This record gives sequence, structure tokens and C-alpha cells, in this order.
Amino acid sequence: MAQTVVSLRGVSKRYTRGRQTIEVLHNLDLDIDKGDFLALMGPSGSGKTTLLNLIGGLDRPSAGELRVGDARLDQMSSAQLTRWRAQHVGFVFQFYNLLPVLSAERNVELPLLLTPLSAAERMKRVRIALQIVGLADRGKHKPAELSGGQAQRVAIARAIVADPTLLVCDEPTGDLDRKTADEVLGLLQLLNREHGKTIVMVTHDPKAAEFATHTLHLDKGRLVEQAAHA
Amino acid sequence: MNTLRQIIAVTAVNLRAIPSRLGSSMVIVIGIAGVVGVLVALLSMAAGFKATLAGTGTHERAIVLRGGSTDELGSVITREQAAIITDTPGIARDADGTPQAIAEFYLLTDVAKPGADTPSNVVVRGTRVDVGRVRPEFRIVAGRMFTPGVREVVVGRAVAAQFETLRIGNTVDVRDGPWTIVGVFETGGDVHESELWVDAGALETASRRTAYNSVTVRLESAAAFATFKDALTTDPRMVVSAQREPDYYASRSEQLHLLIRILGYTVAVIMGIGAVFGALNVMYAAVATRAVEIATLRALGFGGLPVVVSVMIESLLLALAGGLVGAVVAYVFFNGYTVNTLNFQTFSQVAFAFRVTPELIRQGLAWALTMGLIGGLFPAIRAARLPIVEALRTG
Repeated sequence: MAQTVVSLRGVSKRYTRGRQTIEVLHNLDLDIDKGDFLALMGPSGSGKTTLLNLIGGLDRPSAGELRVGDARLDQMSSAQLTRWRAQHVGFVFQFYNLLPVLSAERNVELPLLLTPLSAAERMKRVRIALQIVGLADRGKHKPAELSGGQAQRVAIARAIVADPTLLVCDEPTGDLDRKTADEVLGLLQLLNREHGKTIVMVTHDPKAAEFATHTLHLDKGRLVEQAAHA
Repeated sequence: MNTLRQIIAVTAVNLRAIPSRLGSSMVIVIGIAGVVGVLVALLSMAAGFKATLAGTGTHERAIVLRGGSTDELGSVITREQAAIITDTPGIARDADGTPQAIAEFYLLTDVAKPGADTPSNVVVRGTRVDVGRVRPEFRIVAGRMFTPGVREVVVGRAVAAQFETLRIGNTVDVRDGPWTIVGVFETGGDVHESELWVDAGALETASRRTAYNSVTVRLESAAAFATFKDALTTDPRMVVSAQREPDYYASRSEQLHLLIRILGYTVAVIMGIGAVFGALNVMYAAVATRAVEIATLRALGFGGLPVVVSVMIESLLLALAGGLVGAVVAYVFFNGYTVNTLNFQTFSQVAFAFRVTPELIRQGLAWALTMGLIGGLFPAIRAARLPIVEALRTG
């Protein structure tokens, strides 16, 4: 039986703007198993990025129970969530979010600065991560010296370098052309298949979703369809 | 350890990004440099003025004035009193037993200053040709000493530098017509270098005075002051006050020193408020520019404290750079710069040099860091409180 990594029970998320309260997610129940590659799809405003932020510990639900591994994220303080994220989640953003003043190596090293590893051990892991994403020879380059695809692969290396439980990807190919997007998606698929990484990915792109093992559709904050891929 | 590592990492990112924000960062540096430069310059004026007066005299000398007089100008010492004072125990004596004491006249005269509409008050001290017995720091540096009984003047080095008319060979109206300038003297940079010295006898005749203004004595030792003072103040014939020279001259600088310091701090506070707003503006802009970077670091697991500290460090470093620039500019342009001003406690001109001391530089840098602290604190708190989700969305 597959081990559940992410579990949502009755999760809702509401935002208050002035006197108005907007419920973005309504009473969601969801399980994500270890080793899943889940694509979250849906129209703009459907709540997929909000759901991704909850699963990644960037935000807390307004109601319901949210577990990732052994952790109850819905009960954690902001500081606890920060520490939890450092140990358990790797993030991949649409626009890579690399720090422009740092080299690729230094960008990848950032999550390891939150660990007790020595500088030598950190650099060893950085090189392995860059090797996995195929950029071992680009470590000294700054983000401005990399193509979009390369920058996103550096971001993926940063996301996996601390060996997190979960990879959370928000439109990881939204800023890339088709060919480059397929390369990046192939890399995520490789990490899922060969390295057993559990991945949750938000995307608008049906072709991108085909790389995932499951696709979940959201509409107006509710799960409307779940599809499994071959 | 982990927090320290985070602080170093985030600070390094912030500092490496400064070149890309050089223009806005320079607003902080230049703004704070201006405040510190003005503050240090003004305080160096106060320090120079005080040092000139407080540096006058030694603890082995005492000055005697009429009881109740606060300065020489308002003091009257009769010939009889002067004779008693010079014979008081505690005064050092020459080998032949002559007391090392000197009764002096002290008055003001007008000296025209080039470029000024009104003449300036300059002190004239009627002393003796052997004044060096009591003030051994006295030295003629140009020309010669005045001749006893003759209307001749020796000019203090500082006042000679400030008044072009006070040149050897020129004349100056001291009393009852022109007096010839025959020499320039120095006394170790103290306030006497702002004076004109003439022969007491010649001045007595020209001014028709019958009483002196003060008596300055050289003591057997600094410890002999108590003996000297007790003897004078317990003598029923005398209504006089005795002070150690440094105490007397320091008290002459208090009001103007205080006024300049108040002026300096007032100007610095007003400019400082402007500089703090400038720093706040720049640091808020820096935080806004780096909102996505900060949110990314927070998403990766970096804590709020390292973000606060890193923004503060950046602000403090920029402020420190500004403070150093301001202090260096003040030092280069003002240290040693000589001016003369009216000491309204004595109504006379005092020439003095600005003194940019290490203490003033320390004060200037403390001001700079305070401005950097205030200018960085609120943006730093905003940076740490930046909602991660919203900030990431702006990317």
C-alpha cells in the first residue's frame, strides 16, 4: 500500500479584503502518495496556486487538517513553518527566482546554508545537484548568463539539493518555449521516476500535465476531476 | 550558528546587490556625510575655541582679580593690593628673592579688519618686559620685544595672522595716539596670542590709569595654590579672588562653547531628520526592489531575523560610509583652519583654530550609525513581515 505524504481533510482557505471575505478553497479532501507526480490544473482563480502554497507551507489553511509527512501544517506557527520548509520542501517557481548576484553554485547552495553541513560537504552536494540537472559546467555562471531553460534547471537543482520530502513547482514551464519546457518537464519526470521525488506541480499547460502521474482539476476552489496517466 | 550563517548569507546577497543600486545607495551616503560633516565642523569650532582658552596657563600659575569680578576687564587691583599680593606666601621667587608675580593692565582697543564694516575689539595687555619670568612660554618669533617706557607693541601670533594691519613697522591706536608694532610673539598657542602686549608703564601714562586689572603669579608648585589662596582670602585688607589660570580661562570659554555646541547639535538634528527620511526612503525602495528575492529566501526557509539583521547591516554600513566621508571632509577642510570671533564673555576677539579631534569623529560616526539604525529599522521590519505568497506573486 502506498504511503500518503500529503493529506488534506476539509481544508478551506479564506481571504479577507476590507469587509469582503473570499473563500478560495472549499472543504478540500486530498491524498498525495509518496512518489506521486501530481499536476494541478484549472482556470485562473481556481485556487491551484493557493493549494500549492498550503501544501508547501507558505500559507496556512483557514479551516481543516493539513498533514505533510508527520507534520500538521495547519497547527504550526509561522516560524515553525519556516523551519519545516527548510527541511522538507523544494520550490520551483515560474520565473526561477534565482538571486541575480549569486552564481549558479551559490544559488543552489542556499538551502544547504540552513543545515549544519560543512562548506566542503555543501559544495559536494551542490555539484551533484548540478550534475543531475545537467549543468555541472555552469556552476560559476550568474543567472543572467544562463538561458531560461538553464536557469530553471538551476532552480530545480536548488530545490533538490537538500533532498526534501516534496517538490512544489508553480508553473515551472510557464516562461519557457515548448522544446525547453519539455526538457525541464523531462527532468522533473526523471527526478520522480529515478529519484523517487514526490512532486506537486501547478500548470495551465495540458502537455505539461502529461508528464505527471496524476492530474487534478480545480474549479472555483473545488476538486472537479482526477485523472491518472499511464 | 545556523542563524549566524543565514545572516551572513542574506547580508552578502544584499551587499553584493548594492552596485546595482549605487545611485540610490549614494543618497544615504551623501545625506549622512553632509550631516556628519556639518556636525563635526561646528563642533570642531567649539572644540578649537575651548582648547585655545582652556589650554591657557598652567596649574603652577594663579591669577588674582578683585573680589566679585568675573574677568580682568571688570577687575581693579590697586597698587597697594598688588604689592600685598606679590608678597603672599606660596609665590615662587627668583634667586635674588624677587617674587615671580606681574601686575598687568587689561583693556580693549579697536583694530580695523579688512573687509569688515566695523572694527574689532582686541585685548591690550600692559605687562613688563621681563614677562617671561612668569610666563616662560612667551617667546618673540619676529622682530623684538617692546622697550620699557616706549609706545611699542608686540603682537600675538594668532591676532597678527587675522589682522593684516598688525604688521611689524605699522602703527596701532592703543591709547592716546599711534603705537608702533615692533614684534610678534607666541605663548604656545593659547589665548594670549590673540592679544597686543605693551609696556605697563607706557600704557599707564597713556591711559592715565592708576590701578591694575590683575596680578598673575607663578607658584612654588601646583600644591602651593591652597597656601597662596588661603593667605590672600584671610587677609582682612584684601577683597580679591584667586584662581588657577586654567580654571579662569576655561570659565571664559563656557558660554560661547555651549552656544556653538547647541548650534551644532541643532543644525545636525534638523539635517539628520532629513537624512533619516532619505535613508528610510532608500531602504524602503531597496526592500521593495528585492521583495521577490526576500520572499524567495523566506520560502526556502530563511528566518525573519536574518532578513531584519541583513537590511540593518546594509543600512548601517552605508551610514558608516557616509559618516566616514563626512568626518574626512570636515578634517581636510576644517582641521587647523584659523578664525577669530568675539568672545562675548570678554567682548574681545579670540583667534583660534578648528580642532577635529578623534572624540568628534567618534561622535560624528555615532550620529551616522544612529541615523542608519533609524533609517534601516522600519524597512527591515517591513522586509521580514513581507507576506511571502504576495511577494512571490509580484515576481
